[in-house]
Amino acid sequence: MSDAMPQKPETLAELIGRALANRSFVIGLAITLLIAAMALVSFFWTPYDVTRLIVADRMQPPSWKHWFGTDHFGRDVLSMIMIGARNSIAVAFVAVGIGMGVGVPLGCWAAARGGWIDEMLMRFNDLVFAFPALLSAVMITAVFGPSAINAIIAIGIFNVPVFARVARAGALSIWPREYILAARAAGKGPSRITLEHVLPNIANLLLVQGTIQFALGILAEAGLSYVGLGTQPPMASWGRMLFDAQTLMMVAPWLALFPGCAILLAVLGLNLLGDGIADIFDPRTRRRA
Amino acid sequence: MSLLKIDKLSLKIGRLPVLRDIDLSIEAGEVMGLVGESGSGKSMTALAIMQLAPLSARTSGRITFDGIDILGASEQQMCALRGDDIGMVFQEPMTALNPVKSIGAQVSEGIRWHTRASRAEAEERTRQILDRVGLPEQKFPLSRYPHELSGGQRQRVAIAIACALKPKLLIADEPTTALDVVLQAQILDLLKELVRENRMSLLFISHDLAVVTEIADRVTIMRQGAVMESGDTARTLSEAVHPYTRQLALASTHVPARVRPTVEPDAANLLEVSGLTRDYPGRRGSLFSRPESVRAVDNVSLTMKPGASVALVGRSGCGKSTLARMILALDKATAGTIRFRDQDLTHAAEAEMRRARRNMQVVFQDPYGSFDPRHTVERLVAEPLFLLDRKIDRKERRDMVGRALHEVGLSRADMEKYPHEFSGGQRQRLSIARAIITRPKLVVADEPVSALDVSIRAQVLDLFAELNQKLGIAYLFITHDLTVARAITDDVLVMHEGRIVERGKTSDVLDHPQTEAAKALVSAAPDLHRAIARRLQEQG
Amino acid sequence: MTAYLLKRLLIGAATLVVASLVVFLMLEVVPGDPARLMLGMSASDAQVELLRDQMGLNQPLIVRYLDWARGLLSLDFGKSYTYSVPVIDLIRERLVVSLPLALIALALSTLIAIPVGLFAAARRGKAADTAAMAVAQVGVAMPNFWFALLLVYVFAVWLRLVPAGGFPGWGNGVWPALKALILPAFALALPQAAILSRVTRAALIEVLGEDYIRTARAKGMPQRAVLWRHALRNAMIPVLTIMGLQFAFLLAGTIIIENVFYLPGLGRLIFQAITQRDLIVVESVVMLLVATVIVVNLLVDLSYALVDPRLRTRQ
Repeated sequence: MSDAMPQKPETLAELIGRALANRSFVIGLAITLLIAAMALVSFFWTPYDVTRLIVADRMQPPSWKHWFGTDHFGRDVLSMIMIGARNSIAVAFVAVGIGMGVGVPLGCWAAARGGWIDEMLMRFNDLVFAFPALLSAVMITAVFGPSAINAIIAIGIFNVPVFARVARAGALSIWPREYILAARAAGKGPSRITLEHVLPNIANLLLVQGTIQFALGILAEAGLSYVGLGTQPPMASWGRMLFDAQTLMMVAPWLALFPGCAILLAVLGLNLLGDGIADIFDPRTRRRA
Repeated sequence: MSLLKIDKLSLKIGRLPVLRDIDLSIEAGEVMGLVGESGSGKSMTALAIMQLAPLSARTSGRITFDGIDILGASEQQMCALRGDDIGMVFQEPMTALNPVKSIGAQVSEGIRWHTRASRAEAEERTRQILDRVGLPEQKFPLSRYPHELSGGQRQRVAIAIACALKPKLLIADEPTTALDVVLQAQILDLLKELVRENRMSLLFISHDLAVVTEIADRVTIMRQGAVMESGDTARTLSEAVHPYTRQLALASTHVPARVRPTVEPDAANLLEVSGLTRDYPGRRGSLFSRPESVRAVDNVSLTMKPGASVALVGRSGCGKSTLARMILALDKATAGTIRFRDQDLTHAAEAEMRRARRNMQVVFQDPYGSFDPRHTVERLVAEPLFLLDRKIDRKERRDMVGRALHEVGLSRADMEKYPHEFSGGQRQRLSIARAIITRPKLVVADEPVSALDVSIRAQVLDLFAELNQKLGIAYLFITHDLTVARAITDDVLVMHEGRIVERGKTSDVLDHPQTEAAKALVSAAPDLHRAIARRLQEQG
Repeated sequence: MTAYLLKRLLIGAATLVVASLVVFLMLEVVPGDPARLMLGMSASDAQVELLRDQMGLNQPLIVRYLDWARGLLSLDFGKSYTYSVPVIDLIRERLVVSLPLALIALALSTLIAIPVGLFAAARRGKAADTAAMAVAQVGVAMPNFWFALLLVYVFAVWLRLVPAGGFPGWGNGVWPALKALILPAFALALPQAAILSRVTRAALIEVLGEDYIRTARAKGMPQRAVLWRHALRNAMIPVLTIMGLQFAFLLAGTIIIENVFYLPGLGRLIFQAITQRDLIVVESVVMLLVATVIVVNLLVDLSYALVDPRLRTRQ
């Protein structure tokens, strides 16, 4: 006898209410919005112009005038962090886009067809997983030279098997359900079933993985820029700022502190957001609520 | 003094009352049956006795076991009781055992924990108890892992774990519900014997009145967290004084009033299946040898006339669902042919199959799993309209869905809702609405009522009977439950290990089975009237 | 069991072959002539042509791939364009830094993460669990090279407990060498430990909801014994998977961390090689790291079979 209680209907208002009661979700969303807002504002306004180098203002510790201090060229650190946010978000966004755009169709296709196609996809995953993003970035850079675009490609390639794996696992758990059989009995083919039934039911999973990969993308971009394989100067990026700060750490520790905090905060925010979304859509927590 | 005495037990999870003022007592050596439909609180009562209810549960009242106040006992005291003085067997044998530990380790663990016996001693006792539950060491060494055993064998291991230390009280929560009727009968016999040998008390929880009648001396009937009635099994059920008891008893023996539709004996066959076979690739011996295949369906032939109602019965794993899926063209046959309304389905391309699909639809077992939770009822019920040759507009679609909903006893307004807003029985009605919306000639129903509570089951069976008559739809009913077959079908096919071993009129085959397989099914099937009669006879 | 092992081995070998093709072709499309690069701009065309012949650069692609692959198998990676020494010698002297670093980091990460995960799962929902997971959440978000900078600032600049960078070599005693590796290992390990402890906790909690846990409790086993005897082993599969993936991250991470601490490891080697366009070194080091990742994942696959008896009998 099935003891599963039928779930109560949930309106959009109730869903939003539940989301707002979730601590991870609210904090994560707030931080993410803050970083996104910083990046957006930087297109129109920054406290100081970072393209002008003012030697008189160099190496200023944090003050009311320069909240986060200035660097060895006299550039305002806060302004550079704002522009860096733009850069980080753009790189991570495109990399997640590549991963989702290629990985999700691949994963769904493999789950729908099974057999040797599925086996091929798994082997392809094994292959790509053997090249950590940093290694493929090293290779791509060795061949084409360092640039932000190459960093995006390297991170994006690594995201493909991640999303393929999540989509495949999710789709495989949907395919044996009886409502899929019912759809097949209604004459619907694999692609239509994937669009109508599978994708909507794994969308939560993909959303959660999306936030995780977004966060990892920001971390990876910072790492690549730090070692000089990512964003190139004079474009501001958080990783590059940390590289510049390293040699000056004895005299100007704030130069290393603030960009690092920015990375930490952005990644933390996205991870909390992902946790929150996963919690909200988890049928188990839903039943508890 | 009673071995177990429950006084005014109430239990709340959050603000939700799950149990209200439960009274129950079990004497030493007595078998108590606890009956109720889903949500009646019978499992929660058992967990409360074990103090294994969810942490968020708050209890009040009193549970006394062998002089010990259970609700006041410390976790340490409870650990000493559990597995030693009180054993418990759960419903789902497939998940009840730890997959990474051998069965020997899992049985001896409890023995060693409670008795501090040496490894060798514990293993000796493990051997004895496994042998006793029907898993002799020659065939089932202690080093076996759960995944190497069948469901019935795993339930025997679970019983061995619970009974290893000869507890004073054994609690069995729906121990046979996940098993087919033949296994159910075997497990019931085993439990009866163990109780008698060890003078155990047994609290036997089930939704099935017939099963409880076979095993219990006394019954307690629960509904919505409260006890409705309690008393001697035979008397309580035969007299059925309490209205709810009577309702349950009537529902579980319900036969729909059905006027047999006139089946023209010389009408053309609706469905002809001949020599149908399905092999599945099996386990590979080594990487390079060809895997041996497993034959799920073996050379099956059958025919159905328009409007006929046929039951396909057999034990679990006999191949009946595979056969059904091949008929529905959801699975490919290895050999043989299926002709439906003079069209060969085995060699048709998907595009040619649309007409056939329109004329045969399906109803599944699980009323929860058979709907996409994200679609409205309108979209779900309308799904087979995809098979119509012409495009239909929104208004026409809503009219057709509305009519189908009306035919299954739901209202037109229900089409805006989502499936989770319906109860199990209503969902099964939705499932039927979806199946009949294209006016098919054949509906294949795979265990359509076995997940439903008895009172709901009776209503759904009535609906099936009515539609058969009204719309002239032929049914292929797949079931392991002979009462369902008897209630709703005219002909029966008995399937065993992939083959059809016996066929004929339903009443003939069920009353006078010829083959071993059919006899086993018939004699194992629980039957409330028979069980009550037997009890009354025993008591004189 | 043997079928499973064989299948995994074959897949591992095939992946290795395809990966080597990818690496080879990738660097094959690179613009510029390695022979010209080695000899410098002043060399005559004839000299370059001679060297190209010696290096086998005039052979067809497939022959060169096979030559290169045969070289890999016998650990003969060729000669560095810039150092003019066998690449294997360069790798060997850098490996004694990078390999201990990655292994210490992996050990640290595991030794921290598993107990924390167990601790948090056993106290699920309580204050200790919430606090541990909040710290882990921050740890996951921490970029390891920034964490490294902070460690340097605190322990090397402020407290002067360890050197801020550089590596004395193993020749001058084990302790000074280890001391130079402590901070980098922590910087690598802690963010990974944060991830692993979250995975361990989640896997344990998932397993603790299974039916067989209830069976074990009904046997009279106390919570703690159930956690250790029944839950932990079942939770090991996701944990092992993540550990395998983490080894790849740790290896890649050493590339960055070595730059923070000026450690003469493979990571530094690869960056110097990129700036000097010493492609054969890049190719060899990348291939070595990729092969290591593949072998580690193979080991993880094989260890599944030890943990889960179902894999031993299934194909």
